[in-house]
Amino acid sequence: MKEGPLAGIRVLDFTWAWAGPQGTLLLALLGAEVIKVESRRRLDHTRVRSLMAGPVLVSPDHSVIFSELNVGKLSVTLDLKQPRAVEIARRLAGVCDVVTENMRPGTLDRLGLGYEAMRAVKPDIVMVSSSAVGGTGPERTYVGYAPTFAALGGLSSITGFPDGPPSPLSGAVDLRVGTTCALAVLAAVYHHRRTGEGQWVDISSTEAVSALIGGAFMEYAVNGRVPTGDGNRHPTMAPHNCYPCLSGRQARWPEEGGPLWGEDGRRSVSIAVGSDEEWGALCGVLGKAGLEHDPRFADVVSRWRHREELDHIISEWTREHTAQEAAEALQRAGVAAMPVLDGAGLAQDAHLRERGVLETVDHPIIGSRLALGPPWRLSDTPAAIRRPSPCLGEHNSYVLGELLGMADEEIEKLAREGVVT
Amino acid sequence: MGRNVGGHREERASHRRHVAVTKTALAGLRVIELCEMIAGPYCGKVLADLGAEVVKVEEPGRGDPARGTGPFPEDIPHRERSGLFLYLNTNKLGVTLDVATSSGRRLLRELLREADVLVEDLPPGRSEALGLGPEALREAHPELIVTSITPFGVSGPYRDWRTYHLNLYHGSGHSSFIYQDPREVVGGPLVGGGYIGEYDAGLAAALATLGAVLGRLRTGRGQQVEVSKLEALVALERVEVNRFANDPTPVRFPGMVGGLVRSRDGYVVITAAQDQQWKGLVQVMGNPPWSQEEMCRDEISRAQHRDEIQPYIEEWVARYASDEIYRCAQEGSVPVGPVRTVAEVTAWEQARQRGFFAEIEHPEAGRLEYPTAAYRFSKTPWRAERAAPLLGQHNDEVYCGWLGHSRRDLARLSAAGVI
Repeated sequence: MKEGPLAGIRVLDFTWAWAGPQGTLLLALLGAEVIKVESRRRLDHTRVRSLMAGPVLVSPDHSVIFSELNVGKLSVTLDLKQPRAVEIARRLAGVCDVVTENMRPGTLDRLGLGYEAMRAVKPDIVMVSSSAVGGTGPERTYVGYAPTFAALGGLSSITGFPDGPPSPLSGAVDLRVGTTCALAVLAAVYHHRRTGEGQWVDISSTEAVSALIGGAFMEYAVNGRVPTGDGNRHPTMAPHNCYPCLSGRQARWPEEGGPLWGEDGRRSVSIAVGSDEEWGALCGVLGKAGLEHDPRFADVVSRWRHREELDHIISEWTREHTAQEAAEALQRAGVAAMPVLDGAGLAQDAHLRERGVLETVDHPIIGSRLALGPPWRLSDTPAAIRRPSPCLGEHNSYVLGELLGMADEEIEKLAREGVVT
Repeated sequence: MGRNVGGHREERASHRRHVAVTKTALAGLRVIELCEMIAGPYCGKVLADLGAEVVKVEEPGRGDPARGTGPFPEDIPHRERSGLFLYLNTNKLGVTLDVATSSGRRLLRELLREADVLVEDLPPGRSEALGLGPEALREAHPELIVTSITPFGVSGPYRDWRTYHLNLYHGSGHSSFIYQDPREVVGGPLVGGGYIGEYDAGLAAALATLGAVLGRLRTGRGQQVEVSKLEALVALERVEVNRFANDPTPVRFPGMVGGLVRSRDGYVVITAAQDQQWKGLVQVMGNPPWSQEEMCRDEISRAQHRDEIQPYIEEWVARYASDEIYRCAQEGSVPVGPVRTVAEVTAWEQARQRGFFAEIEHPEAGRLEYPTAAYRFSKTPWRAERAAPLLGQHNDEVYCGWLGHSRRDLARLSAAGVI
């Protein structure tokens, strides 16, 4: 396989949970060599259990959630509570370009692995730390996960139905933070490549969320107005909503002989109309006599004023169709529409399948599983899944032996003594 | 090795600039942005804010449609005062150029000769029609990185589908994976606020673009970077999507113990599933008798008895203000966050002390406070060197200064509607 654009860049990765590992996963997809430092004594909790995966897992190598978030990485096990393990971790930093971590601010410093310690080993190291609300400021020791980032960052408050509760959103919030971390790594590496200068980057997960809703902050900055959730509605466009559909059934994928799934995950269709032209096209599809000339819907402003009546009229039509049929008919006419997809719907979606977004990854313990490939396509130095997620300590001999030059007996001894574990 | 591999532009850039120059991470990287609305411009913004020299190309007379989208001060539309446009285009240079004219395309090709990266969001097929397709660009500019952002990518049955943020967000699965008590979900699938999915696509594009820029340092060659907005969004639900791809049986998510809970004056979210966090929460609540019962023993039993445990937590939370819960829980190391409005975030001491907001002066919109970015680079800080460009503000600087055209040429191009 062709090398990725980051080939030759080595990352020492102390991240865990979801956000940090997503960041280094993206680096691995781009071809960096990512060495995850972990320990049997302090397992990444995604190796242990998850409410989504059900009860406690058979072993740390059986976790599919860990696997999804750590594809393409190497694993070395070091018990960082032990000074000798810390010493080895420092030596590893000496052969890496980048260190990443997302522990509570101060934790790595106490272990003797903070930025200053790393810089003592490698003066031009790039180190990227992410935490709940940042590594400086009065609340720097505070902790959080995806839902608290969404809440504190302002996203929850602008996601919701009028008069309903705000939305806690989903695990995607963590992955947004991870994407932000990966970007910071690349910018710092670029600077390093140009000038030879390393640096420390401190990331607030909460600020990562706020930066992605900048327009909402500008609403407040410009007019002092505080935006709130308005369901699926738009401040100027109408119709702009999700509409209930006939629930369809999806045929078995003949080439795979997979299970016949019941509900096809397409229970509603989103429709958005931004112009008179699109409105005319929508009227053509709905086929309701007189609609196009109805004065209630004659222009952009009147359609917005009468959006509830519009929603009612449109849903009378959508209820007669599956979401896929509705979306296809609307798109043929030039109206923006898509099925509202859930997990099963995504896995079956014809477009995503033709684009090959899911690929088979063989893992020695978990077996063969479908996994999402890289979210971008690079023509010459491809992003790719180059190896499955690592078993715990799978690459100890490569990392300690080849990279640090330790003899096998030495590694075995460290393993017996619980340093490498 | 060809000219300017990896960008020798830094020297030139610093000669040209008259303003005080902060040392930036992407200094010397030159980007041409041919994008509108949110996703592509956010990609350009991320790079510009980190120091890249980004030239935003807009249609003469009309400009980026984001200029016509509010919020406007006092709700009076004005193409130089859109809050959305101002946020998305900080630190860029702005030129006008009509790609539909052959003179405009000539000018664009001259710009591309000076550039390291082109970011474009033309509909699939349109770029080829304009002579900006992958093959043509590759031939003319072998070192250029070309990032193309489209809703669905350049292939597949939905390639030419028309979409707005609403459609892509709901089409990407995000609205089905929400962490929420099923009893509280009313009104069906719900779109993420603030057009967040568009920003997500822009961020994904910026990351892949920088990846390609680093790749070029090694190979000396440019390449095509294809970004599908839908796939960028789907990738953010990697765990869920992979789960369903391998096992389509829907899981009944019992809801989190804690999760979104109503306080005396709003809402908080509590994530205390793991044992250590749970113990912290119990302590903060004052070790109530129910918390010592068998149902609270471990993570699994708490999930199984979620419906019995949850009312106790709700009752406790309801007694306090969100901020009180936040302080006392966090002092006990329990991950809790109040649901904050953008006004509350703007006033938040933690964000203010970290300098998350920056005041930027704009000739038409005045002095406004902008969110900056989540990262603090110790050596190459985020910069607010300039506000978003006025329409065509830098035509002179770029066309005359970079490309060597005369002012009289510019007048001719302008008269013909090219710029």
